[in-house]
Amino acid sequence: MSIANVKLEAPGKKVMLTGNEAVARGAIEAGMKYAASYPGSPTSEVLQILASATSQFGLYAEWSSNEKVASEAAAAASFAGVRSLTILKPDGMNVALDFLTSLAYSGVNAGMVIMVGDDPSAHSSIKEEDSRHLSKLSRLPILEPVNSQEAKDLTTKAFELSEALKLPVVVRLVTRVCHATSLVSLGDTEHIKEPVKAAYTEPILCFPQAHPELEQKIRKIAQWASEQHMWEYLGPKDASSLVIASGPCTLYAKEALEVLGLHNEVAVLSLKMTWPLPEDDLVNLLKDKKEIIFAEEIDPFIEENITSFAAYHAEDLGVFKFYGKRNGYIKSPLGAGIGELNTDIMIDSLAEIKGLGRPDFCGRTANCLGSVGGSLPERDRAFCPGCPHRASYWALKSALALEGNDGFVLGDIGCYAMGRGRTGYYTVKSVHSMGSGIGIAHGFGTLQKFDFTQPIIAVVGDSTFYHAVIPALVNAKHNNGKFLCVILDNSTTAMTGHQPHPGSSLDARGIEVPALNMEEIISGLDINVVVTDPYDINTTRDMVLELLPQPGPKVLILRRECSLVVSKKEKPRRVSVDQEKCVGKDCGCNNLCSRAFGCPANIIDLETGKGRIDEALCVGCGVCASLCPAGAITVEEGV
Amino acid sequence: MEERINIIVSGVGGQGNVLASQMMALAGVAAGYGAVEAETFGASQRGGSVMSHVRLYKNNSPGPLIPEGKADVILGFEPMETLRILARYGNPNTKVVVNTRPVYPIGVLAGEQVYPDMTKILESIKQHVAQTYTLNATEIALEAGNPVVANMVMVGAVCGTGVIPIKEEHFLLAMKDYFTDKILDINEKAFRLGMDYITDTITV
Repeated sequence: MSIANVKLEAPGKKVMLTGNEAVARGAIEAGMKYAASYPGSPTSEVLQILASATSQFGLYAEWSSNEKVASEAAAAASFAGVRSLTILKPDGMNVALDFLTSLAYSGVNAGMVIMVGDDPSAHSSIKEEDSRHLSKLSRLPILEPVNSQEAKDLTTKAFELSEALKLPVVVRLVTRVCHATSLVSLGDTEHIKEPVKAAYTEPILCFPQAHPELEQKIRKIAQWASEQHMWEYLGPKDASSLVIASGPCTLYAKEALEVLGLHNEVAVLSLKMTWPLPEDDLVNLLKDKKEIIFAEEIDPFIEENITSFAAYHAEDLGVFKFYGKRNGYIKSPLGAGIGELNTDIMIDSLAEIKGLGRPDFCGRTANCLGSVGGSLPERDRAFCPGCPHRASYWALKSALALEGNDGFVLGDIGCYAMGRGRTGYYTVKSVHSMGSGIGIAHGFGTLQKFDFTQPIIAVVGDSTFYHAVIPALVNAKHNNGKFLCVILDNSTTAMTGHQPHPGSSLDARGIEVPALNMEEIISGLDINVVVTDPYDINTTRDMVLELLPQPGPKVLILRRECSLVVSKKEKPRRVSVDQEKCVGKDCGCNNLCSRAFGCPANIIDLETGKGRIDEALCVGCGVCASLCPAGAITVEEGV
Repeated sequence: MEERINIIVSGVGGQGNVLASQMMALAGVAAGYGAVEAETFGASQRGGSVMSHVRLYKNNSPGPLIPEGKADVILGFEPMETLRILARYGNPNTKVVVNTRPVYPIGVLAGEQVYPDMTKILESIKQHVAQTYTLNATEIALEAGNPVVANMVMVGAVCGTGVIPIKEEHFLLAMKDYFTDKILDINEKAFRLGMDYITDTITV
């Protein structure tokens, strides 16, 4: 909520922090000195905060070109005796995984923590992935905080554990912890001001012979989890029913039990370390329980580990009745394991398990929609007013229509992934991982042997270009894949909040650095590259038509700064609709500007049927003026 | 001091409702409450429906999400979004402060969807809850000098209604803490305009 609070040197003071801020603060208090990351919601803010605190706390922080490089850089700091942090989302952890699975074998030196932000309900992701499987696969212990205070405390603990066991430790947050704000009591930062001396000391090798030692470490960590009480038992000791929960699900379960009046008969076990399990304690904790209910997001991860644990200890523990995602008792309206949990889902699930009716919230105002037809129109996400992507997709779609051979556009993730929806005229036909549109385009572009003749375009962002596209272009050049790569260059990593990338002239800390030139990189591969302005729709469209038939890969850079950035620094030009020239509904265009172009600032006057500009939203790009067949939209410079 | 107060701030991405919810939480803390505030940002910035939950509490910190039917106060930045939230989270005791300026979904602008009749939206809100306060916050924000401070006009309006037990001084404290000196003035001005507008309405 406030970066200033993260940097306060006021031990004991209680401040409001988001989970992301609390992790940053916890890392600082733990003496973490080196942070590297690639932006990804819901965790992008962590490195931003640390980068802004580099001089105050003597830190190093960088936006790396991708998550694998970020993890490798952070590991190097740890090898050299400097506590380090890398920050990922599950998609980023996939990218880093090849390194992380090896890193567990080699081990680390100074404490190294990997923060992962999972996104149940995929609020700002293209899929719901549970990163805990990846951590377990990599043999890395997982801590899961309930709220901001725990996010800070467990981050600090994670550094201690990592350093003691010489193994990276994962702190897994979900969006509702990353982006939720609650009170945190600040710790001391005085002790971390000692200068740190980094040095290489011994070989750091990953080899299969390290496997027994790694498994030994995992067993030690399970014991440590018991010794350190990495769990909290809430509610009656003699309860025969127990909810086993992690993260914010602990709070959802507690509130649901209160609402249902079950809080005096059902207990909650909140696990702070969800892998490996605190097995020594679990035997005692589960003794005398009859029913076990699981509350976790996203996959039944704890559920699978506990049920397997219980099976092995059946002789001591007896047989439980389990209620979880696997047997469909804990489920969102979309199904078990789909979407985030909340108190309502826990109320419904617990009511069903306990054979109660759902409490009557007939006080609810659900029938307030009756007078407006029972339902409300949903809001499609849209490119911002003035977004260069809207103009780019208009040009690409027009070019492919003119070309006439069923050409299509492949894409990937970023703001421009919205090209698959209304705001991008349903232009984008594939969305997977960072840069994957280029690899897929290359695949299509090498199908000539099988009578494939359709033109192929793949779009990528500028940050994505540095992250994952260069190797794909190298491959396309070598294997002569025929397609047009369009780089939607808005000079920033827009989707995640405008972080710099290697093409920027400022680094994460705001220090001036030489900006890489993507044209030179592409020319260096001997690939034809052209730059146009996406606001100039006709020139862009014609250039696409010129480039498409050329052999092999070629690149068109559509360069215009993100309109959200521009709107904050430049006084916009004023765009308006001449009400005399606009023919409105009677024009052959049938309100092209508001109906088809899809800019939220192009509105329609419902009384006159004529186009208007919403001046509160318009940023003055003027692209709609170039589309209006009646020439009714005017652009006034320098207003 | 009440045990728990549940506030939902609803609107459309880009309206500054996240900042408004943060201000409610900070003012709550200034008034001596504990606070939990949750929002989603990222993709939802791009014109989608956005809501944040603010939960003020006396003793035990609740989870970040308010259960259905349990909103004590809804701060609606957009009429249709307010009704959407009311249908799911409201109850007959809920109090609503709503900005009357509509933001049309692009489907409505494209002529494919219909925005419900504004009078019916506002009537339905009034019919179903304990108290409703309406204002054109965007217009009032222009008076303060910039339409983007409509969010602080709304926060001022909530303060003016007295629907939550947080005083003006607590909001001012929170604002002073949060805003840089450069933008504090216009935000304070917007807050006061919102508060005064509502106070006048109530008095009349």
